[in-house]
Amino acid sequence: MNFDPRYSGRNFSSVGTRPIRPDGIDKVTGRARYGADFNMAGQLVGRVLRSPHAHALIKSIDTSKAEKLAGVKAVITAKDLPDLTNGDAAMYDILDNSMARKKALYDGHAVAAVAAIDARTARQALKLIEVDYEVLPHVTDVDEAAQHHAPLINDRVFTEGLEEKPAKPSNVTKRTQFGHGDVHKGFAQADFVVERSFKTEQTHQGYIEPHACVASVNPDGTADLWVCTQGHFVYRQHCAQLLGLEASKLRVTSSEIGGGFGGKTHVWAEPVALALSRKAGRPVKLVMTRDEVFRASGPTSATSIDVKIGAKKDGTITAAEATLRYSCGPYPGSWAEIGAMTAFACYKLENVKTVGYEVLVNRPKTAAYRAPSAPMAAFAVESVVDELAKELGMDAVEFRIKNAAQEGTRSSYGPVYGPIGIGPTLEAVKSHPHMKAPLKANQGRGMACGFWFNFGGQTCTDLNIGMDGTVSLAVGTVDVGGSRASLSLVAAEELGIDYSQVKAVVADTSSLGYNDMTDGSRGTFSSSMATISAARNAIKILKDRAAQMWDIPVEDVTWEKGHAIAKGEKYGNLSPLSLKDIAAASGKTGGPIAGHSELVADGAGVSFATHICDVEVDPETGLTRVIRYTVVQDAGKAVHPTYVEGQYQGGAAQGIGWALNEEYIYGKDGRLQNPGFLDYRIPVCSDLPMIDTQILEIPNPNHPYGVRGVGETSIVPPLAAIANAVSNAVGVRMTHIPMSPPRILAALDAEREG
Amino acid sequence: MAGVAVSTTINGDAVEYLCQPDETLLDVLRDRLGLTGAKEGCGTGDCGACSVIVDGRLVCSCLVLGAEAEGRKVETIEGMAHGDQLHPLQQKFLEHAALQCGICTPGFLIAAKDLLEKNPSPTEEEIRFGLAGNLCRCTGYDKIVRAVQDAANVMKGA
Repeated sequence: MNFDPRYSGRNFSSVGTRPIRPDGIDKVTGRARYGADFNMAGQLVGRVLRSPHAHALIKSIDTSKAEKLAGVKAVITAKDLPDLTNGDAAMYDILDNSMARKKALYDGHAVAAVAAIDARTARQALKLIEVDYEVLPHVTDVDEAAQHHAPLINDRVFTEGLEEKPAKPSNVTKRTQFGHGDVHKGFAQADFVVERSFKTEQTHQGYIEPHACVASVNPDGTADLWVCTQGHFVYRQHCAQLLGLEASKLRVTSSEIGGGFGGKTHVWAEPVALALSRKAGRPVKLVMTRDEVFRASGPTSATSIDVKIGAKKDGTITAAEATLRYSCGPYPGSWAEIGAMTAFACYKLENVKTVGYEVLVNRPKTAAYRAPSAPMAAFAVESVVDELAKELGMDAVEFRIKNAAQEGTRSSYGPVYGPIGIGPTLEAVKSHPHMKAPLKANQGRGMACGFWFNFGGQTCTDLNIGMDGTVSLAVGTVDVGGSRASLSLVAAEELGIDYSQVKAVVADTSSLGYNDMTDGSRGTFSSSMATISAARNAIKILKDRAAQMWDIPVEDVTWEKGHAIAKGEKYGNLSPLSLKDIAAASGKTGGPIAGHSELVADGAGVSFATHICDVEVDPETGLTRVIRYTVVQDAGKAVHPTYVEGQYQGGAAQGIGWALNEEYIYGKDGRLQNPGFLDYRIPVCSDLPMIDTQILEIPNPNHPYGVRGVGETSIVPPLAAIANAVSNAVGVRMTHIPMSPPRILAALDAEREG
Repeated sequence: MAGVAVSTTINGDAVEYLCQPDETLLDVLRDRLGLTGAKEGCGTGDCGACSVIVDGRLVCSCLVLGAEAEGRKVETIEGMAHGDQLHPLQQKFLEHAALQCGICTPGFLIAAKDLLEKNPSPTEEEIRFGLAGNLCRCTGYDKIVRAVQDAANVMKGA
């Protein structure tokens, strides 16, 4: 690949402007087609039977009565999804999560499914399926599950990462450790040490669109899948492997996606829909209910975290240590590992150690949720950082500035940082008017920092120039929040044409090479890199065609502002040829003009943010209201600043919900008690203030325009910023998220009782 | 189960359909009439993504039976623009980037239209409480509120 991804400073004409997004008109008129908005001829309705038990052996399933019901066309169990995973443990877990094979591992685990002519018949059929369960002891709490006497969820799991292989299986699947230096020595040098333990409850991404797909399997082994997903190429791979299909014969089309935030990165019901279609010989539409989304998709981890930080009187941190226990549902994950990597990433530390433990529980499989694992770690660490600043008598912002990581700092998780934004976001917060605004009684202000890695990954893009000089950009990263607008801006920028001449679409898996999914804040970062590369390839052809039209050597042609220019005085009589001129002649100069790019977008720039939050706590009820909120975050380069602001605001709002109200509540029976938006209450419009944003631009050296990912970091600081604000308002350190009214009242009561 | 014959008006057009007694208006709109602009986010009236206006009243169409539309006037997102002329709210949602994924957008537009018809000059607080029955998980509501404020100003000037 001769594409040079390095940053070079330039004056932008399109990038940095705020045009209307190409998919906007369909979305305000109701025409945009989401997962459930697509239909096929002869389509059946699929529905899934789910375990009511948190942990149970499936002794037998009798589907005979359901099969006999008029209008039922297929009933499937795990037997219809034979194990083709060939020893691949991760794929086996995906298969088992799609349809329980031997044991139901959580309330909501799929055990059977039907396809029928309509929804009512499908619902009736589910009631006729008889499952004989042997209920087993269960455990849903992360700390209880980690105890050696806890009910064992998977007897094939032995804790990895220990010096010696354990003799007994355990719910703790893995131990990971990061850091450098000597924390014992560091704590010995400290004048002040603060040590605390924290808990956070499990939350859900809360996307408004339930999982939905239409699957159609043909007798010749070809198949189509229409689905709301963050990664249709990954869905194709997983579904093809689980169903025994050939990948290139399974065409997956990503619908418009009604929110994902990490929750639509894993297949859930899609293999089931394909298996139903295969058995019924007809297309099957499968749409989860909201209850199913809560019980049986992929919420985030519940956590239990211990943090200890020591500092000298002058404010220098001498040592930092954390132990993080993250629930991962009934299958192994790497969530505590990520938490352990991110926990102290904002700081320059000589002695740092983090240890993560992954813990199996009888809850749905943990999936990514926007900067997965980082918000909980940041909550614990930033709470202790604030408390330590108080002990030292230092301003919370100054203390962080003194210890902030810089270019050249060895990060707590290993790599040495290039140019980074933690210092600049802190300086921006220090001088922000929000920090000086007066507070009233029962109000408190908090601030906190957050970090996220960002990701690049495999990316493939096509740029086709029509004969009328308009440009069609086909990308393979699903657009979750406006990336088609951003990528159109990038194509326009590189080609030197107007934004209105470009239209970006998300291509299906049969129309473009493999793309990793839209996760890790990679959509605009990686696809803009591939778009720049594709545009540069197209420009090579445009120059070649112009040379042909002029009958001059191509070496004498340059590309400037959307035009081919003949260099040198000898060509003084040759007027520049516009992209449109060259496109119009393309039929006679060699045919269609296109630029293609396939690359691995390495060099994603790490991202930092600092948030400020004011809250008012009602001491009678414990109710907390966020009354002012400010996000400061480094974007590298904001391609479409309005959508960058949108990412900052959206992440902050999700963090506010997480901090104050959202949580999975399990009963003693192991059943989820609040699987709906009434009882799992996400923030509504009247709960929130305007969310102010400040975009900083510290260019990422590994992207031609300096772009970093922007999607995830905004959810990292809010838990901590709000906890610090609440703690400042009520004078009690809050250590359990969410800080719902009962928890705040309990904390106030405990303080009064001393 | 015998179907119920319903004659109603949807976006100004006379419409007849047959539905089951237990079928919701949302199911009828989406599955029988092909009007998929109203979305099912919850099916329990908590998210507002299926908002429509029935005889001038904002409702969650997942909580209304299809049979109840008999003789009524139903307004959905598909009828909000006049020909190729977007409603000011639609235009302002685009200009302010008041949508990210867009799944909640039809419901918000219908709810905001109902709000501005009843209160053409709402305060920020009135907008926030007026739209509190509609969930958005992407935007944090900031740009939605600004778009509604801007649309209200445009509509007053019109």
